[in-house]
Amino acid sequence: MAGEQKAGVKKAKKPKKHHASRNPVLARGIGKYSRSAMYARKAMYKRKYEAPETKIEKKKREKAPATLTKPVGGDKNGGNRVVKVRKMPRYYPTEDVPRKLLSHGKKPFCQHKRKLRASITPGTVLIILTGRHRGKRVVFLKQLASGLLLVTGPLVINRVPLRRTHQKFVIATSTNVDISGVKLPKHLTDAYFKKKRLRKPKHQE
Amino acid sequence: QVFKRYVEIGRVAYISFGPHAGKLVAIVDVIDQNRALVDGPCSGVRRQAMPFKCMQLTDFVLKFPHSARQKHVRVAWEKENINEKWTATRWAKKIEAREKKAKMSDFDRYKVMKAKKMRNRIIKHEVKKLQKQTSKK
Repeated sequence: MAGEQKAGVKKAKKPKKHHASRNPVLARGIGKYSRSAMYARKAMYKRKYEAPETKIEKKKREKAPATLTKPVGGDKNGGNRVVKVRKMPRYYPTEDVPRKLLSHGKKPFCQHKRKLRASITPGTVLIILTGRHRGKRVVFLKQLASGLLLVTGPLVINRVPLRRTHQKFVIATSTNVDISGVKLPKHLTDAYFKKKRLRKPKHQE
Repeated sequence: QVFKRYVEIGRVAYISFGPHAGKLVAIVDVIDQNRALVDGPCSGVRRQAMPFKCMQLTDFVLKFPHSARQKHVRVAWEKENINEKWTATRWAKKIEAREKKAKMSDFDRYKVMKAKKMRNRIIKHEVKKLQKQTSKK
C-alpha cells in the first residue's frame, strides 16, 4: 500500500474499510431502527450520488420533434399547416388487454424446436429398427431442418444409401466414427429427399 | 478326500456377495459356527466379522497366529504375494472374462462374432480334412 501511495499521487485516499451493519438485529429479519432512523445513522444525506450522464443517455434525451410543418396543397394552396407527428388514438377498446387468438403459441411444424438425443453425435453408429433396412448398423451424418436424421450405410458396405430416419426408431450405440474430414454437400436438405409426385395432367374426356 | 480346502487360520477367502463382493480376505479367527474374524489389508477390507456363507475358500493359506494384528496379516500377505498369485489363477481369469463380456459394446460383439466365425471356419476345415482322410482309407 505504501508503494501505491508513492507511485500514484492521483489517489489521495486509501480504500476505506467498510463499517459493519449499523442496525443491530433483534430477531432474524428485524432490525432495531426504522428506515428513517437508518437514513440518519448512515448519513445518507451526505451521500447522494448521481452517475454522470453518458452520451447514449444524452442522445436518448434528444427527443424526436413532436410536430411537423407541412405545406398546404390543393384548393387552399400556399401557406403552411402544423401537423402532429404522434396523433391521439381514435378508439379506446373496452377491454384492457386484447384477447389472445386461439392459435396463440401454436407454431407451424417448420418453426418447431428440434431436439436431438445427447447420445447421437455426427459419426455415431446407429442401429435402424424399422423400415426395409431394419437391423442394419448405419453412420449418422447430421440432423436435417425437419428434425429427421441424415444417415448413410455407407452404400458400399451395407447397401443403405444417403437416407433420412427418425430419431425415435433408432438405437444409438457408443461407437463413433471420425467424420470431421467429411464435407457434406449443401444440397442435401429435406426438399432433396422428399417424395415427389409424378404428375401427368392429361385429362381426356 | 471329499473336502480339500478347509477353514483355518490364514486361509484366504474370496467374498462372493455383500458390500465387499469380489475381494480377497484372510481368516484371522473363528467367532462361532457361522462367523469368522476376517481381515483384508491388501484388498481394502477392514478387519471385521463376516459370515462363512459369503466366503468362498481359495487354495492359498497364510502363516500367522490366530488373532494376529492387521500388520502381521499384511506382512504375511505380501510375503506370499497373494495378489499376484490370485490374478494368475484360472478362477480370477474367469471372473475377469465374465466382467469383460458384460461390458461389451455393440462393436465389441461384432468383433467377437467375426473372430468366432473365422475360428470355426478354420476348425471345420481341419475336421473336414481329417474326415476325408479316414473315409478314403
